[in-house]
Amino acid sequence: MADLARHVVKRDHGDKISGKAKYVCDLTMPGLLTGKLLRSVKAKALLKEIKLPVLPEGYYIVDYRDVPGENYVSMVDNHDTHIFAQDRVEFIGEPILMVVGPEAKVIDDILAAITVVYQEETPIFNVKETDTIFYQFEDNKGDVAKAFSQADKVFTEEYHTGYQEQAYLETQGILAYYEGAKLVIRGSMQCPYYLVGAVTIAMGLKDNSQLKVLFDYTGGAFGGKEDYPSVLACQTAVATKKVGRPVRVVLARREDIISTSKRHPAYLTYKTALRAGKITGMDIDILYDSGAYRTLSLVVLQRGIIGAIGVYRIDNLHVRGRSGKTNTVPNGAFRGFGGPQVFFAMEMHMSHLAKELGRDPLDFKKEYMVKQGDVTSTNGIYHCPVVLPQMLEKLDNMSDYQKKYAAYKKPQSGRYRKGIGLSLVYHGCGFTGNGERDLIKAVMKLIKYEDDRVEIMAVNTDMGQGLKTTFIKLVTTILGIPQEQVIFANPDTSRVPDSGPTVASRSMMNVGKLLERACLKLKANWQKGVYQEFEERYQHPAYLIPWNLDTFSGDAYPTYSWATNAVEVQVDTLTGATQVLGAWGVYDIGYPIDEKICKGQMEGGFLQAIGYGGMEQMTAEKGVIRNASLSDYIIPTAKDVPHMEVAFVNNPYEFGPFGAKGAGELPAVGGASAYVEALENALGTRFYKTAVSMEDILLAEEVNAK
Amino acid sequence: MTQQIKFTLNGTAVVSERHPGVKLLDVLREDFADTGVKCGCREGECGACSVLLDGLVANSCMVALGAVAGRNVLTIEGFAKVLPQRYAALQKAFAAVSAVQCGFCIPGMVLSAESLLNKHPHPTAAQIRDGLSGNLCRCTGYNAIVEAVEIAAKEGNGIW
Repeated sequence: MADLARHVVKRDHGDKISGKAKYVCDLTMPGLLTGKLLRSVKAKALLKEIKLPVLPEGYYIVDYRDVPGENYVSMVDNHDTHIFAQDRVEFIGEPILMVVGPEAKVIDDILAAITVVYQEETPIFNVKETDTIFYQFEDNKGDVAKAFSQADKVFTEEYHTGYQEQAYLETQGILAYYEGAKLVIRGSMQCPYYLVGAVTIAMGLKDNSQLKVLFDYTGGAFGGKEDYPSVLACQTAVATKKVGRPVRVVLARREDIISTSKRHPAYLTYKTALRAGKITGMDIDILYDSGAYRTLSLVVLQRGIIGAIGVYRIDNLHVRGRSGKTNTVPNGAFRGFGGPQVFFAMEMHMSHLAKELGRDPLDFKKEYMVKQGDVTSTNGIYHCPVVLPQMLEKLDNMSDYQKKYAAYKKPQSGRYRKGIGLSLVYHGCGFTGNGERDLIKAVMKLIKYEDDRVEIMAVNTDMGQGLKTTFIKLVTTILGIPQEQVIFANPDTSRVPDSGPTVASRSMMNVGKLLERACLKLKANWQKGVYQEFEERYQHPAYLIPWNLDTFSGDAYPTYSWATNAVEVQVDTLTGATQVLGAWGVYDIGYPIDEKICKGQMEGGFLQAIGYGGMEQMTAEKGVIRNASLSDYIIPTAKDVPHMEVAFVNNPYEFGPFGAKGAGELPAVGGASAYVEALENALGTRFYKTAVSMEDILLAEEVNAK
Repeated sequence: MTQQIKFTLNGTAVVSERHPGVKLLDVLREDFADTGVKCGCREGECGACSVLLDGLVANSCMVALGAVAGRNVLTIEGFAKVLPQRYAALQKAFAAVSAVQCGFCIPGMVLSAESLLNKHPHPTAAQIRDGLSGNLCRCTGYNAIVEAVEIAAKEGNGIW
């Protein structure tokens, strides 16, 4: 165990810091052509005619007519995303065709010379006015009607959460070419086998034997490279097939922001029945804005409904969750995956309830915090130990929360006001419901070669989170061999089995568990100088209450990772500007495999989450993203949160390797409400949205002054 | 008539015949294969394309080729070669705290660190954060990077 916590130099450190690591934009090959997409400038329209200029020699147009297979991008449960628009467009930024050729500037000239004749239809921008509900689920627990009929008070609030952009530093990019008869797709991605699935259908291949997908160094993803690379892969594959040369598409930053998925904006209505100062029931309505196509909304929405009551025990509950279509860019996965919206609303609602009842918010929250053995929102069970009380104690020691909260609660005057906020959240580990068992069916292999080097054969990708290093660490710890003896190459689907996508905080807990089992078998059977191979398949933990999507009940997750965050701010009431004085986080990720790597995950995610609370403002006006650059969409710099501390508690999980649970998404869940609660504490007001802008703060101050 | 722009790249005299208005970023990546210079936004916001111009950090996407005539340009590739001791101190410090995640911002971050250590050989945490504030990182939350620069300044005592 000591070995696992110990620091090692990350496997990819040298390549990356020296500038030698090749990302897809850095690759070169003979005959390589550039592709750029023509995108819709209308939010909803029929495509009546496309007038093309005369093309210079060596330049090509690629559109839906060139797709050899089906003109859609296969996603989890749906195929409504087109590779190229065929007869209509549904959002501004939707790809219509690709121009391919050797010179980027000439391609730009061609794109500028194309005229698209649109016949506009009436778009829908507000999800509350949608005429298309993509998904709807209802979750029922206890007797909510009785709770409301017997309530002596009903407290209702509506929240809104906005877009959040992943803002990975490397924009999306894919390169496609043929190696003989074999189609090769490579580039920036999280889930190589998702691309295999989508491209097989797009290219009309009878199976995937003539296709391989290679993962290249990927410059951040955060969920943003879960579904979208499949779109780009299908487009680029079609292009290389048509032109007979390698084609690469790397999105420009603005293009990336207007056309790739973000965190779903949401409207959340919380209605709480109170009797004698106690919560007796909750009725919650959740509406997620999917944008124009379904993409990953099915599962994002489920996570939202499951997490709607946060870390609290509410015995009588009804949640209705819907995701609706709008004529805006499709939303998808972003770290937290439907969780940050509801946890924000629930944390704020609990604090507001406490204030309504004249209670201290933290004391009030503690009264409802779940314990091991409690029933979940979906009539499952929290099977594993919940150590929130211990985490809160640790957080208070680090941040001095309680003392500061009490001090800042007293009426403040003057230009600068201080506040502190606190949040309690969880993230369900792995795929939702039966996903791991029925959809993913992870397989991985461990190979020992004749020279006794060991290779990890898994398709899970390291996009910065450190999986390459931590997987290798599992192997060296169990087998007692040096790092140099272990190979874990950038995944190539023609070599490695499908151990599932690198999403859902599942890689270490689920695939790492398979790796642990394979290592133990190899250790018990080690034969020096002999080739050996061990294959492991996912096993569903037997203790789980079966998940039923129709009744929305059972164990949605085998276990949960937990976090508690505190954020302290100083608000300038003259300008509305906020300074973060301190940010503290305590995390239960089971057992951290490599403490420095895990710390880096927590710090990075926490900072993104604080951004989601304040500075990361993104709005769409009539379907146009108004903040389509890093000048207009502001992400935190090194100066924005100068003091951040994170710490772990150990709470090992039996079915994770060495006790590890999911880690990657957890820190993205709770930062926003801690930040916004801190603003409330400072200003003595209430907010009902995230992100809170400087203008919102000034407006709140004006209301306060009246 | 083709114009020639002469400058020093990573210690070597070079000549470019590209249009003087072309972005230095494109010249470095396309003509000199210094792909450690990353393109994150092309509009001077992210700092991934940072290079040193006569020892001071600059976004190479905001510098026209013509503006570097007669000047010294240093990329991450050249930094390791031209100032090996300093590169070694920084890379070792970044390794010690696992400050590199996706890696896309890192070459620029390292060059910004070099630039700030030139100015402040023993920087405070606030000076480090100020010096790195032109380089966006979406992965780390910056703590590890700031710590790495602190370690480099301490361990490399005297080389800046």
